[in-house]
Parts: sequence; structure tokens; C-alpha cells
Amino acid sequence: MNFELTEEQQMIQQAARDFAQRELIKDVIERDTKAEYPTEHVKKLAELGFLGMLVSEDYDGGGMDTISYVLAMEEISKVDSSVSVIMSVNNSLVCYGIEAFGTEEQKEKYLKPLARGDKIGAFLLSEPEAGSDATMQRTTAEDKGDHYLLNGTKNWITNGGTGSIYLVMAQTHPEKKHKGINTFIVEKGTPGVTIGPHEDKMGMRSSDTHSIMFNDVKVPKENRIGEDGFGFKFAMKTLDGGRIGIAAQALGIASGAYERALQYSKERKAFGTEISNHQAIAFKLAEMYTNIEASRYFCLKAAWDKDNGLPYAKSSAMAKYFASETAMWVTTEAVQIHGGYGYVKEYHVERLMREAKLTQIYEGTTEVQKLVISRHILNE
Amino acid sequence: MNILVCISNVPDTTTKVRFKDNNTAFDDTGVQWIINPWDELALTRALELKEKSNGAIESITVANVGPKVTEQTIRKALAVGADKAIRVDAEPKDASYVATQLAEVVKNGSYDIIMNGIESSDYNGSSVGSMLAELLDYPSVSSVTSLDIENDEVKLVREIAGGKESVETELPFVAVVQKGIATDPRIPAMRGIMMARKKPMEVLQPVDAEPLTDFVEFEMPEPKGECRMVEPGNEKELIELLHNEAKVI
Repeated sequence: MNFELTEEQQMIQQAARDFAQRELIKDVIERDTKAEYPTEHVKKLAELGFLGMLVSEDYDGGGMDTISYVLAMEEISKVDSSVSVIMSVNNSLVCYGIEAFGTEEQKEKYLKPLARGDKIGAFLLSEPEAGSDATMQRTTAEDKGDHYLLNGTKNWITNGGTGSIYLVMAQTHPEKKHKGINTFIVEKGTPGVTIGPHEDKMGMRSSDTHSIMFNDVKVPKENRIGEDGFGFKFAMKTLDGGRIGIAAQALGIASGAYERALQYSKERKAFGTEISNHQAIAFKLAEMYTNIEASRYFCLKAAWDKDNGLPYAKSSAMAKYFASETAMWVTTEAVQIHGGYGYVKEYHVERLMREAKLTQIYEGTTEVQKLVISRHILNE
Repeated sequence: MNILVCISNVPDTTTKVRFKDNNTAFDDTGVQWIINPWDELALTRALELKEKSNGAIESITVANVGPKVTEQTIRKALAVGADKAIRVDAEPKDASYVATQLAEVVKNGSYDIIMNGIESSDYNGSSVGSMLAELLDYPSVSSVTSLDIENDEVKLVREIAGGKESVETELPFVAVVQKGIATDPRIPAMRGIMMARKKPMEVLQPVDAEPLTDFVEFEMPEPKGECRMVEPGNEKELIELLHNEAKVI
């Protein structure tokens, strides 16, 4: 067993830290307030290779391992999860989905521009009435011989407005239930695709979240991923990896809030001494630190499982469950340590607290993670 | 045209400094190492010059005097875009020792511009660049805040008291650079990080040289005294305190 990072992993961690602490920090509060998309930062992410870091070099990606991805996600999320969620969806859902299950033609045409960051991808699974129960897809994909005809509405789509390559889950054979679902690659400009208004969210406000409507959208047959009926399995397998990204994001949110609380507690005085000298605060910091370290081990273990070709559905669900619960609790305590200052934007922790909440909800709620974990341990 | 950038391996600027061996040596336990920030700016400018030179600048080499552990720092220079690296396998004992080793590196290569940061952020000796120029008998320009190449001519700007000085010089020469030479140091891209190990890193044995100085003792600065706050509007009290207690006015 080895807990040491390689030189490259350390360099990637430092590169992500430099990018976050030098660039993202400058306008993160303003962008969050105005719910403004980080256009320039996303360009820079692409230039640095973060948007396709997990994709093999053969398809213009960075060829990095999942451990490196966790390290980068943590550093970026310490400052701005609106940016890290764009990176996460592009890397671990869209690029991974096409690279793992797509045809060579699909990889050439769609994966390469996604890996370079020339185009941004979106993952269209959730619907107004299909969230945790993803089997209930109401979007339909009618088989018309040489093409499919898509109809329906998708909800809560990250990169919905800025993304231009969509992976869309839709029901082709309702009688087969979830085994009738397919996944399609759909380009944004395809006739019949309409993008709904920008969602005004509680946190991660500068990522763009939209609903997307499909009205008789013709999708060529060659844009289906995998065999007929592979869509649900595709979504579940892809989400297993996606969870590692969101777990790492939650880890970053927690450690970002903790670092700020630690610093503040050493400067702020009450009752004649720095508040870190009071056991009430010192013990809080000890608990925060311990839970964050535990989250980190969960994330790295899930990443290591994936990198070593081992099953990682359970370890990634545990990482996401534990890290997102930790993020919510740690950020709440970080606001508490800051007192009144924690409740205003200037000190960042209130924003991190709003961001933390989403990590308990998207890419599988905490309850869904428990469902995944319990099914695994009961069937082992 | 070829550029050599000399880089020092220094502790991260946020390092909590501690000493060992009766305060005669820096305790490097748990220290994270970085490229000396002034050298990193020199490297950034070198990369900018190469990119806009339309091939006129063929390569950028980085050189370091240090033991094997410095290779991680050197590889960061390769990751941001330097083409090759040279490490002289020796402890950098003092400025004279380092300059002597670097002079050998320059003599064994073919470089038109040699860039050094004005000082290193650990020992702040501000000597290596000028010593190196002297050992090589090259022209040297210090406190360089701008370096450009126009029609094969080198244009330099340096800071002087109360203003700026524009300078031209012959090649080869040594530029000792100051903040302002480049803005932000570069962040390595994923591809650069993966390429870094594939780029050449030559390891040279040191030439015989003796350091001219020896560290006798390091001392930590006195801790800052208690800060006294004076309420707004009590300027008289402030003046009285500065006059009678601090005795600074």
C-alpha cells in the first residue's frame, strides 16, 4: 500500500491550485451574484487541458488517471464549484461515456473536440418527472428506420446552454421498461431542439443549468451509443464514474471552507484570545479536519479502484455519500466559526455552503447512494 | 538563437522557516520546493520571446545546480515549456560556487542570452547573475524589467532610481531580471506535464570549486510587538505615544 502521490500527480494538483487561487478567486463572488457564466475561465480550462484530462491522448485528451482528476477537482472546487461542475460533466460523464462505449466514428467526430475543450458536452438524463428514478424516461426515441425521432423534455441540464454536444437518454421500447432506453449523441443546432430559460439556482450560480425540449428531433441511427436498449445501463455505468468527480467536488468545497475557518479562527479574538484557543472551536476544527481526511481517502480509493480496473460502483457511491454529507456539515460549521462574517458574501463560506447542498442532490442524491451501497452489501 | 535560464530550487514562499544544527542550516523537513519566483519570471519571458520569434529562438534550456531532489522543480520548468534541462549534481554551497558551475554549463553550450532572476527567495544573495557574467567575461545588465528582440537587436529596460534606463547590448550577454520582466508565471498544461519526463535532462558532474563564504549562524527576526490601537479622533494620543513611548518622532 502506498499513500504517496507521483510527481505528475503533485504537479497537476499544483497546477489546479494555481489556476483556482490566481484566476478563479478574482471574480468568483461577482459571477456567483450575477449568475454569470465563466466564459474566459472555461477557455483557460481547455487550454490547460483540464476539460479532457481523463481522455486518452489518442483522442486529444490528457491521458491522466482518475487520482489526478480527483486532485484537480478538489483544488478547483475549493474556490469555485460552478467551474468544477463544468469540468466534471464534460470529463466524467460526456467524454467518458463516448470513450468507453462509443464507436470509433463517434470518438473521432465528437470525443476529440470535447477532449480539447473546443466543444462542451451535456448529459441529459433527468426529466421533470424522472430524477432519482431514472427508469421512468418519458422522452421517447421512435425508431424510424434510418433515424430516430426524439420527443420530450429534459431538466436540470448542466452546460445546457453552452454545451453543444448532448448525450440524451430516451425510451425506444416502453414495453421493455428500462431495458428499452437508448442513449443518443445530439448536436445542439439540430432542428427541433429548444433550450429553456437559465435556472436561477441557490448555489453554483455561474454554471448554466437549463431544461431542454425535443420536438420531432431527427437523430441519425449512427448516433446511438451501444446496442439497442443499452441506454439505461450506459447511464448507470457512466454515473458511477461521475460520482467520483462530484465526491471530489464535495471534498474541495469542504476543504476550502475548512481552510478559511482555520485561518479565521487564528486571527479572530474573543474573550481575550484567538478563538482557535477555545475548545469549542478547536474541537470543531478537529472534527472538520478528520471528516475531510476521511472523505479524501474515500475519493482516492474510488479513483484508485477505477484506475486499476476494479469495480467502483460501491466505492464511488460511498465517496459521494460521505463527501457530500461532510461538505454540507463542514460548510455549515465554517459559517458558524465565522459568526456574522460567515453570513456575508465577502468571506466565501456562505457561498461554499450553498454549493455544498447541491452535491447531496445531483448525480444521485444521498438517498440514491445509500440505495446503491445497500444493494451491493446485501448482494455480496 | 538559444536562451539559457538559470533556476534555483527554493522553498515555497509560504514555508514556515526553521533551522537545525545549532542554527547553522535550514531545516528542510516537509518543505515544498518551487522554482525561485524571479527565475520563473525570467523563464516566462524567455518562453514569450521564443513564441513570437518565428523560429529565430531555437531552444530554451534551464540550468540548475542542485542534488537529484531538485529534478522535480526542474521538470516543472520543462512542463511549462522549456525544451531541455541541465542539472549540475552538487549542493549549491554559495553564490560563487553556483556561478562557477553555471559558467561551465555556458562554456559547454551555445547560448546567446543567459537569464537569471535578480535574487533567490531563500538566501537573497543577489550575486549569482553578475558573478556568472564576470566569470564568462560577458556583458551583463541588471534589474532588467523589459527584454525584447527587434531585428536581432536586444532592447532592454532597467530600473534606476527615479526612472528607467533603456539599454542595448551585444550577444551573448547575461540578463539579471527583476519583477516586471513578465506578468504571471505560467501554469503547466496537462500535455506539458506529461511531456516533461520525455524532454532531455542532462546531469553534469561539478567542476572543482570552493565556496567563498560559510554560514556561521542564522537568527530568526524578533517577533512583532503587540499592536496598540488608537481610536479615530485621538490623533493627539497617537502622537504622544509615538513621541514618548516608541520614541520614533
